[in-house]
Amino acid sequence: MPSDPLVAQHVLEFPGGYTRTTGPVIGRFLSELRARRIVGVRTAEGRVHVPPLEYDPATGEPVTGEYVEVGPAGTITTWAWVAEPLDAHPLDQPFAWALIRLDGADSDLLHAVAAENPKALAAGARVWPVWRDRPTGHITDISHFAPEVTKIVSEVRAEYRLQVGGALRVFLEGVERGVFLGSRCEQCEKVYVPLRLACPECGNTLPETLELPDTGTITTFAINNLPDPRAPEVPFVSAYILLDGADIPMIALIGDVPAHEVRQGMRVKAVWVPESERTATMANIRWFAPTGEPDVELT
Amino acid sequence: MGNRCAVIGVGQTHYTTKRRDVSIAGLVREAALRALEDAGLTFKDIDAVVIGKAPDLFEGVMMPEAYLADALGAAGKPMMRVHTAGSVGGSTALVGASLIQGGVHERVLVVAFEKQSESNATWALSTHLPFSASLVVGAGGYFAPHIREYMRRSGAPGHIGTLVAVKDRLNALKNPYAHLKIPGIDQKMVESTPMLWEPIRYLETCPSSDGACAMVLASESAATGTPAWVHGTAMRSEPIFRAGRDTVSPQAGKDCAADVYRQAGIADPRRQIDVAEVYVPFSWYEPMWLENLGFAAEGEGWKLTESGATALDGDTPWNASGGVLSSNPIGASGLIRFAEAALQVRGMAGEHQVDGARTALGHAYGGGAQFFAMWIVGREKP
Repeated sequence: MPSDPLVAQHVLEFPGGYTRTTGPVIGRFLSELRARRIVGVRTAEGRVHVPPLEYDPATGEPVTGEYVEVGPAGTITTWAWVAEPLDAHPLDQPFAWALIRLDGADSDLLHAVAAENPKALAAGARVWPVWRDRPTGHITDISHFAPEVTKIVSEVRAEYRLQVGGALRVFLEGVERGVFLGSRCEQCEKVYVPLRLACPECGNTLPETLELPDTGTITTFAINNLPDPRAPEVPFVSAYILLDGADIPMIALIGDVPAHEVRQGMRVKAVWVPESERTATMANIRWFAPTGEPDVELT
Repeated sequence: MGNRCAVIGVGQTHYTTKRRDVSIAGLVREAALRALEDAGLTFKDIDAVVIGKAPDLFEGVMMPEAYLADALGAAGKPMMRVHTAGSVGGSTALVGASLIQGGVHERVLVVAFEKQSESNATWALSTHLPFSASLVVGAGGYFAPHIREYMRRSGAPGHIGTLVAVKDRLNALKNPYAHLKIPGIDQKMVESTPMLWEPIRYLETCPSSDGACAMVLASESAATGTPAWVHGTAMRSEPIFRAGRDTVSPQAGKDCAADVYRQAGIADPRRQIDVAEVYVPFSWYEPMWLENLGFAAEGEGWKLTESGATALDGDTPWNASGGVLSSNPIGASGLIRFAEAALQVRGMAGEHQVDGARTALGHAYGGGAQFFAMWIVGREKP
């Protein structure tokens, strides 16, 4: 900026700041604030002024010597949103200047109200003071007001150590080798995959372990469009696949085919990750992909 | 079936997305006080309290029943909590009824609730564990393939789901407690909403609601006012993974219906039941349950829906209240079905009253369609 010799900065500031002699009424109010209480003063007519006035504006008479504790909560009567706070403002986030009718008062106190956005405010909204750490006997001993607490956040976190045991261990060890292991119930002759130790139908133990092929038929499926951080990218097809020789379908991802070309009765085969990447988890199966065989007619 | 049992009080909160003004305790108390007021009683008159609640992971409050004893006036009284997943509201009513039928108590308060706004049910239902593939997202993700299979087997045209989505929301406009109020809802509006879990569209699913429902159940000697009489109660369950399990029309649902009909002397449910409140969280479950519950032959349920028979002015109204599709505080949803059935036979359903309803079915299901609870209530004593 080109300097104009006829333009100069000038500061007018009384060194150390002016004093303000409070007088007994305002002095009491500020002393109470320092002790984290808010008081008003009663007029001869019985009204409670907050902040206190020394003389009743209605009659010109001195107020009484009766101080009444009010609040600390109050109700917003009206407010103005400050979208861009200035340096001298009490808050550095957007806030509202509000007239607050503290509980028990007959006049309004002007103060700042912190809120996430103007939608969180309304005439009639309840607000509570947020006190400054070190009160000095000044109106800024109240840092600002804030909406009533209506909810808290409760963080719940439980960490478990999961140990695969029994049937699932055997099944996943099979998956690591690239085979699906199932078991057959001798009584009801049903073949379960993944392998189980007991038949859910008759309760018998399932002693007979058998290896199933990695081919099967889609019995039904969903096209998932609702994103979830723990699931595959949408749209993804989750399908029930009846492996050849099994009597219960397994749920798995379908791939290598557009979602809307997946059909009930479609023949599919597991696509395994390369042997070098294999682990004992279902992540070993990338997805099932169509084999190109004719569809199976479902009953 | 034991001693006679009557519903003498029903209380509901208004179902809504977020009840920011009350705690869980305040929510259940609101429903309980309304049920007591309806019955002309106070907490002092209650012998025992039964609380129903779906998974604790929904609100992250573990064993909430322990903290709700005060709110429900249960101090010094027997109190228990029931949990059978989505069917829990129904099971809660049945556990309460069994305490009356068994002669244990004279007056039992049953309450069920959910405050879904405290978290996210889809998250809570998708706690994917290590070692398995994470492919099922929420209840919709689970039920969509079974709906698809119903459509294939029955040959139902694709618009049937939208008919139920519209019908139940029109009924909701007549229910002051219903959550979803969509004036001007029509098939076109439903069809224009996205497929969340194809074949389920957004407006073919239930909302997430906060709310509670309560009932006062009484023995014959303690019955007052205009009671609804319990004519039959039944619960069934089955394993979710079982070879040959019919996930479209589960055997447990058929068995549960047969049992409750036998107790109530019902041979032809479509003719003998005047109004049914059936747990339909996805619109396609109306035709599916019409068949499972014997209102229509296998493969014919969708024709009944299409004909308008299940509308409020049809010959077999289903979900006159707007159903789960219009209000879904999960744990309470089953109890609401049972309570609405009671309101209908008491003639107290207001604008969604089915004229002259004398016999009503309340139904709930839960888990992977593996838990079922039903009751039949009537205007006359059984």
